[in-house]
Amino acid sequence: MKHNQPVYTDNDPQNELVTLNLGPTHPATHGVFQNVLQLDGERIVSGVSTIGYIHRAFEKIAEHRPFYQITPLTDRLNYCSSPINNMGWHMTVEKLLNIQIPKRVDYLRVIIMELARISDHIICNTIIAQDTGATTTFLYLFQFREHIYEIYEEVCGARLTTNVGRIGGLERDFNEIAFAKINKFLKEFPIALREFESLLNRNRIFIDRTAGVAEVTQENALSFGWTGPLLRATGVDYDVRISEPYSSYQDFDFEIPVGTSGDIYDRFLVRNEEMWQSLRIIEQALDKIKLEPKGIFHADVPEFYLPGKEEVYNNMEALIYHFKIVMGEIDAPKAEVYHAVEGGNGELGFYLINDGGRTPYRLHFRRPSFINYSMFAKMSEGMLLSDAIINMSSMNIIAGELDA
Amino acid sequence: MAKATNTEIIDLLGEKFGEQLFDVTEPYGLLTFSTHKDKVITVLSFLKENGKIDFNFLTDITAVHYPEKNQIAVVYHLHSMVSGVRVRLKVFLNENHPTIPTASTLWNSANWMERETYDFFGVKFEGHPDLRRILNMDDLGVHPMLKQYPLEDPNRVDKKDEYFGR
Amino acid sequence: MSEINIVDAPPGIEGSGFFATSLDKVIGLARSHSLWPLPFATSCCGIEFMATMGSHYDFGRFGAERLSFSPRQADLLMVMGTIAKKMSPVLKQVYLQMAEPRWVIAVGACASSGGIFDTYSVLQGIDEIIPVDVYVPGCPPRPEAILDGFGKIQELVKNESGRKRYSDQYKQMLASYGIE
Ligand code: SF4
Repeated sequence: MKHNQPVYTDNDPQNELVTLNLGPTHPATHGVFQNVLQLDGERIVSGVSTIGYIHRAFEKIAEHRPFYQITPLTDRLNYCSSPINNMGWHMTVEKLLNIQIPKRVDYLRVIIMELARISDHIICNTIIAQDTGATTTFLYLFQFREHIYEIYEEVCGARLTTNVGRIGGLERDFNEIAFAKINKFLKEFPIALREFESLLNRNRIFIDRTAGVAEVTQENALSFGWTGPLLRATGVDYDVRISEPYSSYQDFDFEIPVGTSGDIYDRFLVRNEEMWQSLRIIEQALDKIKLEPKGIFHADVPEFYLPGKEEVYNNMEALIYHFKIVMGEIDAPKAEVYHAVEGGNGELGFYLINDGGRTPYRLHFRRPSFINYSMFAKMSEGMLLSDAIINMSSMNIIAGELDA
Repeated sequence: MAKATNTEIIDLLGEKFGEQLFDVTEPYGLLTFSTHKDKVITVLSFLKENGKIDFNFLTDITAVHYPEKNQIAVVYHLHSMVSGVRVRLKVFLNENHPTIPTASTLWNSANWMERETYDFFGVKFEGHPDLRRILNMDDLGVHPMLKQYPLEDPNRVDKKDEYFGR
Repeated sequence: MSEINIVDAPPGIEGSGFFATSLDKVIGLARSHSLWPLPFATSCCGIEFMATMGSHYDFGRFGAERLSFSPRQADLLMVMGTIAKKMSPVLKQVYLQMAEPRWVIAVGACASSGGIFDTYSVLQGIDEIIPVDVYVPGCPPRPEAILDGFGKIQELVKNESGRKRYSDQYKQMLASYGIE
């Protein structure tokens, strides 16, 4: 097997630098990326990142699948917050087809997207804590991620790769149990989150490990294309939910937390605060749903919305539409559309070119992890090895999204 | 700051570049235009810094292959966070010699985006500091997103066409 | 009564002051409850493995509390997630570095068969490069399924004869994967 990259050659006997191959299966990297680092003692002199170890050719597959079959692919992009990806994709197609979504559906979507954001941030923040040596918090907050999964299960039947929703709305309404579970979560999670914060936010060891480490300037962050919590930690208040509201985010009252120096501590705090804001949004959404007419969970667009099986078997029209949608005989405009949503890691964009065929002509995902990660090797220069590890965890690089 | 409108951008660009920008459309409100490949860096740097509507953020670079026209289009998405608008810039290249100057001199993020585009489409970005494959294996030999290449691994032996009705 | 369960003793001959059984069974019993898994987690299924390890499902109950990230000390290779062709030499290397006896479990559709990714870049199942003992279906499998797969491995370990790894059949099987 040929080695992948031309990295460092240690032929010089006088060379005092050590070459360390970190990854692709190193337990500290939480994912499959390889970084070949040159170390001077504990300090990193330079590094080369290699990625692509789980490249799965999403974009190529997408060219061979009808629209509704692309949802499962989006699940597997950022699998820590798959509902956001699902919804992002549905909204892209809805934008292409000019479908108006009823408010109630928008709010239901907001609930599930914010739950996804919370579960994403739980992973990232507890992993930062874990990597600085605090295993307790990891085990503790993970319990609540499990509760979020239970809500997903009520809504769509799956835990991780949710495949939730359809083009034109949701596949089914939230049931009573789902609402009950959401309410229970809203009651219990704040207590745990407060405890989590009180364990870490003013913890001497934690602050020493994270504050002032891996600081990033705003110019650098923007130039490297950072978005999401990472960019906000540097002080740029860019959030797609505010700048280009989708799914009725303009109806909600919430704040965008920003940091100042972009260091790991700021990123941690920004993510924590975002969880609080997400909780606020969910509460508002629950209130708003009560004011909307009951039982609406999809737009009235029979030619695009895949009907339920029961309908298909008992109703001629539904059968025809089902056939048309599955066989790809729907009339989608020949156009190109870019739609962005605020994913767990930043701006998740879908660039769709449709040529009127059964499948997209081209679908490109703007994947925040991929773009955020390009700075890692550069950032690590001059950093301590142990700091680089927490830096990587705080960037929350999800291998599925990184490699597509 | 109020959002800038597409007309303002068209005016701004029309004044500066005139005929060098063509195919101006606005699909779903996103201003789209094309330019020639030798002008692309001038246009991008003007967009990035013009003092009026600065598109300081490079959202994405990708490419699209049009085999029937023998073309590969390189697509840039730019975003002005302050003015809250996006633009899309396309450059059509000949598929036999897809070369274009690199934008990594303007934005660092272009580095990996261009490597990805090179990996998938074989577009050569001239002046790129480190144009290697990024996602695929070095010895793959082809640029897999080009339309002529199949999705499935052609070397598979266990998948007989007769079972799939082909 | 104590809530702690103790595993049943293997079948054997018992009398006052002695208990006789075959060595294989004793070793199998001990091994099966102290497997050290090496989690080779690449993608989504790895996240479900995190849930399995977490407090809710508590993988450690089954004697697998100690995850071994070093292949040298691991007994069980748990492959979770998509293995791209770029990754396959790495996986094989990890397998080769493990000492005998070693077991492999393929968790999830991707590791078992390539899953939904029938593409040029994904290995169509890890059994193309290394032998697999147990496949766990699902995309991703629920944590319960992963636990069940682990239970299957425990059964295999318990009932394995002490000479299996020296048999010609086993050597031939390895040779068919190009492993010496
Ligand atoms: S089997 Fe499914 S969940 Fe598991 S790695 Fe493959 S795509 Fe992801």
